[in-house]
Amino acid sequence: MITFMNNSDSEEEPCNERTSLMSAESPPVPSYQDGLQASEAGEAQAHRVEKARSPNNIADGETSDTGVPVRESTSENEEEELTLKYGAKHVIMLFVPVTLCMIVVVATIKSVRFYTEKNGQLIYTPFSEDTPSVGQRLLNSVLNTIIMISVIVVMTVFLVLLYKYRCYKFIHGWLILSSLMLLFLFTYIYLGEVLKTYNVAMDYPTLFLVIWNFGAVGMICIHWKGPLQLQQAYLIMISALMALVFIKYLPEWSAWVILGAISIYDLMAVLCPKGPLRMLVETAQERNEPIFPALIYSSAMMWTVGMAKPDTPARRPSQQTRDAAEDGREDHGSPSHADSQMSETRSPVPTRPITSLDELEEEERGVKLGLGDFIFYSVLVGKAAATASGDWNTTLACFVAILIGLCLTLLLLAVFKKALPALPISITFGLVFYFSTDNLVRPFMDTLASHQLYI
Amino acid sequence: AFFWLVSLLLSSLIWFIAVKASDSRDVPLQKGLLIFGVMFSVLLQETFRFLYYKLLRKAIEGLVALSEDGCSPISIQQMAYVAGVGFGLMSGAFSMINLLADALGPGTVGIHGDSQLYFLTSAFMTMVLIFLHTFWGILFFHGCEHRRWWEITAVVVMHLAVSGSTFCNPLYVGSLVPSYILMAVAAAWAYLLSGGSAQNLRRFLLCK
Repeated sequence: MITFMNNSDSEEEPCNERTSLMSAESPPVPSYQDGLQASEAGEAQAHRVEKARSPNNIADGETSDTGVPVRESTSENEEEELTLKYGAKHVIMLFVPVTLCMIVVVATIKSVRFYTEKNGQLIYTPFSEDTPSVGQRLLNSVLNTIIMISVIVVMTVFLVLLYKYRCYKFIHGWLILSSLMLLFLFTYIYLGEVLKTYNVAMDYPTLFLVIWNFGAVGMICIHWKGPLQLQQAYLIMISALMALVFIKYLPEWSAWVILGAISIYDLMAVLCPKGPLRMLVETAQERNEPIFPALIYSSAMMWTVGMAKPDTPARRPSQQTRDAAEDGREDHGSPSHADSQMSETRSPVPTRPITSLDELEEEERGVKLGLGDFIFYSVLVGKAAATASGDWNTTLACFVAILIGLCLTLLLLAVFKKALPALPISITFGLVFYFSTDNLVRPFMDTLASHQLYI
Repeated sequence: AFFWLVSLLLSSLIWFIAVKASDSRDVPLQKGLLIFGVMFSVLLQETFRFLYYKLLRKAIEGLVALSEDGCSPISIQQMAYVAGVGFGLMSGAFSMINLLADALGPGTVGIHGDSQLYFLTSAFMTMVLIFLHTFWGILFFHGCEHRRWWEITAVVVMHLAVSGSTFCNPLYVGSLVPSYILMAVAAAWAYLLSGGSAQNLRRFLLCK
């Protein structure tokens, strides 16, 4: 079953998340659709190639371990074509949640004053930015960044060690605790602020009921079973809440420097041979076991229920991929991995009748993106909305830049077929566009608008 | 949309440098610089449209090579349309969105003696520009596909004309009317190029 463990950072956990985009190496699996032809399934099967699981948190669907008959792909070309065809779908499947998350964050920032007021800082960023001189401010922000990144690194390594030494219960407990905090406490604060902004009266019993229901269903959905879309919705909300916390509590310059630093860190952690994320994925691959319910957003998950071959369903690599991806990044965030999981998806039995084709496994290509990616994208856009004087133009420019970065990353994923960090390209584009739009484009557009000239 | 954004970035960079390098109290000079900025931006946008065309061309070749039956799942005309829409949306969004945000707040239009139709004309102008970008996309790509340079120059000239006509603002008749006329022309042209004809139109309208 697919579990999403929401690794929201509790206050004590470092909030950074490593994001890594992993491409599933699993051979493309024919997506299951009602009425999907068996032939397609057969063809898909042909394409299924045993591939090593991508070590990153996102594990590719492994067909290998399951013993699904793997026939060497009939032709490299066909496989590539399938990859491309589904690649475009994946891009759309990821655009929607990322966009939704950003919309929620921007809407909140623009309307609720609370999140733009400066009310203190996290303990991870102890240096204040209220200093008079520019140099001092810069120094403070760099120091803040160093502290934050080192906390993240430490937590990640800690998590990898825990995983290596099989302290699963500890990790589970940690994840559950952090998601509990996120779902209840942060939601309570958020709801309180929204109600205050719109001057809506609410009594405590109703509030308690609403939050209890929200939190309980969220816990179940994320850590256990639940409808896919509800899971996705909860993950988006959680990412948005986390991003809002970051936007509120990170001082300005620190936020930008942290964004830059974390994308560099992500790049290194995922691609270097000794990077913690990579080690995590490799360990998970060696053990051939599912990793914890991780903080990964998956766009298409299905449970296989007994129908498919006995060997396949139970230990779907997809689960591993997801888990692997997640637990690596626990320290606060979920490492984001985008994983295009070609093979694993299990369809819930009750909703989809599974054909008796024994080889047909409900698999749909899904793409996985770590929640940390969501969070940092939203932090970038939210900060742009909060602090840019050009307001909407800057926000819009950052939004487009991030989406294009995501597109490019997915393209690279399709080309390289291994875990890739999702942060660097998008964050770079976003930062470039933010600073350039704010400083260069805004005066230009303002002057044009005042004379009502159009370009 | 991204390409339009990049072109906007570069053109505003140029303008910004020019402004900073010049005397900011000289109003006619500033106006002249602004005009120069606008024209340069138009040219840059068209350049980026061309670059985007090149990129899409390569993408189509890749798709064709990979596809089973030798034709790509998306035709160049569809890509032209999408490119045009993307350009148009981005341009429209950047023109209008701050205006809309301000319109939500309190205020009086034109209280300092400016035109009272500011919002209205801005809306119409933005709309015509979005449509125009879409049609220009189709025309431009068609011209590039069939190597008809006069089509491409026509698009560039039209764009320059429309932007130039906005210099007449707030004399709105000088900018809106020509723009709409040009839009009608471009629409008809693009329609004909995409394979439409008067017969198709008639059949569509009569719901046959």
